[in-house]
Amino acid sequence: MCSREGGDMAVLTYRDALNAALREEMTRDDRVFLMGEEVAEYDGAYKVSRGLLKEFGPLRVVDTPIAELGFAGIGVGAAMVGLRPIIEFMTWNFALLAIDQVVNSAAKMRYMSGGQVGCPIVFRGPGGSALQLSSQHSQAFESWYAHIPGLKVVAPGTPADAKGLLKSAIRDDDPIVFIEGEMLYNVKGEVPEGEHLVPIGKADVKRAGTDVTLVCHSKTVTVALKAADQLAEEGISAEVVDLRTIRPLDTETVLNSVGRTHRCVVVEEGWAFAGVGAQVVDEIQRRAFDELDAPVLRVTAADVPMPYNKLLERAAKADPAKVVAAVKRVLYLPG
Amino acid sequence: MAGSRAPTRAKGALRPADPGAGPEQCRSYLRQLRLIRRFEEKAGEAYSLGKIGGFCHLYIGQEAVAVGSIAALRADDYITTSYRDHGHALARGLSSRSVMAELYGKATGCSHGKGGSMHLFDASLGFLGGHGIVGGHIPLTAGMAFAAKYRKTDQVAVCYFGEAAVNIGSFHETLNMAALWKLPAVFIVENNGYGMGTALARASSLLDLAHRAYSYEMAEEVVDGQDVFAVRGAMDRAVGRARLESLPTLLEMRTYRYVGHSMSDAAHGTYRTKEEVEEYRQRDPIKVLQAHMKSGGMIDDAGIAALDAEVVAEVEDAITFAEESPDPAPEELWTDVLAGGR
Repeated sequence: MCSREGGDMAVLTYRDALNAALREEMTRDDRVFLMGEEVAEYDGAYKVSRGLLKEFGPLRVVDTPIAELGFAGIGVGAAMVGLRPIIEFMTWNFALLAIDQVVNSAAKMRYMSGGQVGCPIVFRGPGGSALQLSSQHSQAFESWYAHIPGLKVVAPGTPADAKGLLKSAIRDDDPIVFIEGEMLYNVKGEVPEGEHLVPIGKADVKRAGTDVTLVCHSKTVTVALKAADQLAEEGISAEVVDLRTIRPLDTETVLNSVGRTHRCVVVEEGWAFAGVGAQVVDEIQRRAFDELDAPVLRVTAADVPMPYNKLLERAAKADPAKVVAAVKRVLYLPG
Repeated sequence: MAGSRAPTRAKGALRPADPGAGPEQCRSYLRQLRLIRRFEEKAGEAYSLGKIGGFCHLYIGQEAVAVGSIAALRADDYITTSYRDHGHALARGLSSRSVMAELYGKATGCSHGKGGSMHLFDASLGFLGGHGIVGGHIPLTAGMAFAAKYRKTDQVAVCYFGEAAVNIGSFHETLNMAALWKLPAVFIVENNGYGMGTALARASSLLDLAHRAYSYEMAEEVVDGQDVFAVRGAMDRAVGRARLESLPTLLEMRTYRYVGHSMSDAAHGTYRTKEEVEEYRQRDPIKVLQAHMKSGGMIDDAGIAALDAEVVAEVEDAITFAEESPDPAPEELWTDVLAGGR
């Protein structure tokens, strides 16, 4: 632990930062409860809920059967009458079984009731690909949920943002899709202790630069920062903009950066078609057309289901080398 | 009720279950049954005139289910329904004006013109929606029951759905968790025999739907849904079980709709015969109750006519109110998307 201006900092993993957010918010507000598969006695499939059962008891840390649709709906119903549920999906791949409740119930309740019934709920769990889990366990669904009015979609890329955004999400009065990076749980970083709130809907410049803007979120923040390191060695200064929230999208921060660098590459774990980057590119071309010195390029997953084989999997994923190559193209430099 | 292989709808006899209800209670039931009937007839008419848009699912024939069961609830209990929700809303005490105005899509509607026929809401009455996806609201109701248990109140959450919903995953997932966690909920399957045009026997391997509760060690009961007293009695038992013991119940209400699934299909001719509809009409819930009241000297034909005039006037007033109410302001398009407006 080290001290810093503005408060004490601890070095925590992304996992433990999330755990701290859960613990602090459950302590602060007794309407908050956690429900999902293996969240209680097993301490969480990814150990995000470690120790919470012991601290808060079985009424507030609830193990469920494998029934995503059912327990997601139970969360929505509890939120409709004033509780603050946190519904953990073991992964977002399994949440597809519950998407009716997220899209048709949670996102629509306030509107179709004419503003009478809100749904303050957090759906959370890991998304994106891990290592060699093949097709059904390696998907990034941010753009699916970001398509839906009535939802907010959050995808933190660092431990500090994970804590600050989860705390904000739990306090938010709207349904939140909170997608954690499956490969980020062990990543360590400095995290402010105690009250640390990161506003939903605000992007963050993770690294300042002048030649090109790299737009990223979740695991691709790490990818973009590594690419920026490599580019720096070649004398290219990349600015890294972490979206942090996909919906509502902080277009201003992106446009401000592109207005200075005039070139942009959007990096994401998901597929290209109708992906998060497609929306970012749309905003840039409509609102900063005259600022651009090159077409905006995208680095995404290959347009195939994720393969198991290690070499094929590597080829399918966004990585720093692909980002470096894209940056050189927008700078019209030889690859 | 175990053992039978076919739905045992009571036909023919007009004799209701032991009512245990005095003249005032009977009159209140009759007024509600007749109000819903007249409201729905008028809604169907307004739909044909193009005054009501979208889908419109009428409750004609099933009125005793909503009236008898909601009468057993407390003001702070929670109710959700499927999209065939007009009758339940009226039985819960939403005004005819606010429901009709919602069908008209007007700003004065109970959901401010944003929900329509399928999404009637009044949070102040614990009426938490008409829901449009078959089975989608079943877990929501369990969530409300979970909240009651969490807060240690003794509220009960009640869920109405059609018999076609018992084949969807959310029904099974929810009943399992409701029984496992001992939630104070009542699940009411309104078995009107048809999911749109699909007869129960063509959709379910099990015809005694209450028996589905056996899979979850849950209490169940088969109820004559055309008899408001039978409905009330079963509901009293289920609500008591929920409120006092925090245990869920599955009630199968055997009922029948005389009209089509929605406004786009005929009452008979494709998936069922005119004779079948007529047969069920012989045991109409209004007829059953009126016969009981007449035989007990609680009402006569003049009394019935007076009561009918009263509800006809109420529905006419609701129509006028809906006709004259303003549409939502254009800027309402953008409100209520998120808590902060947008």
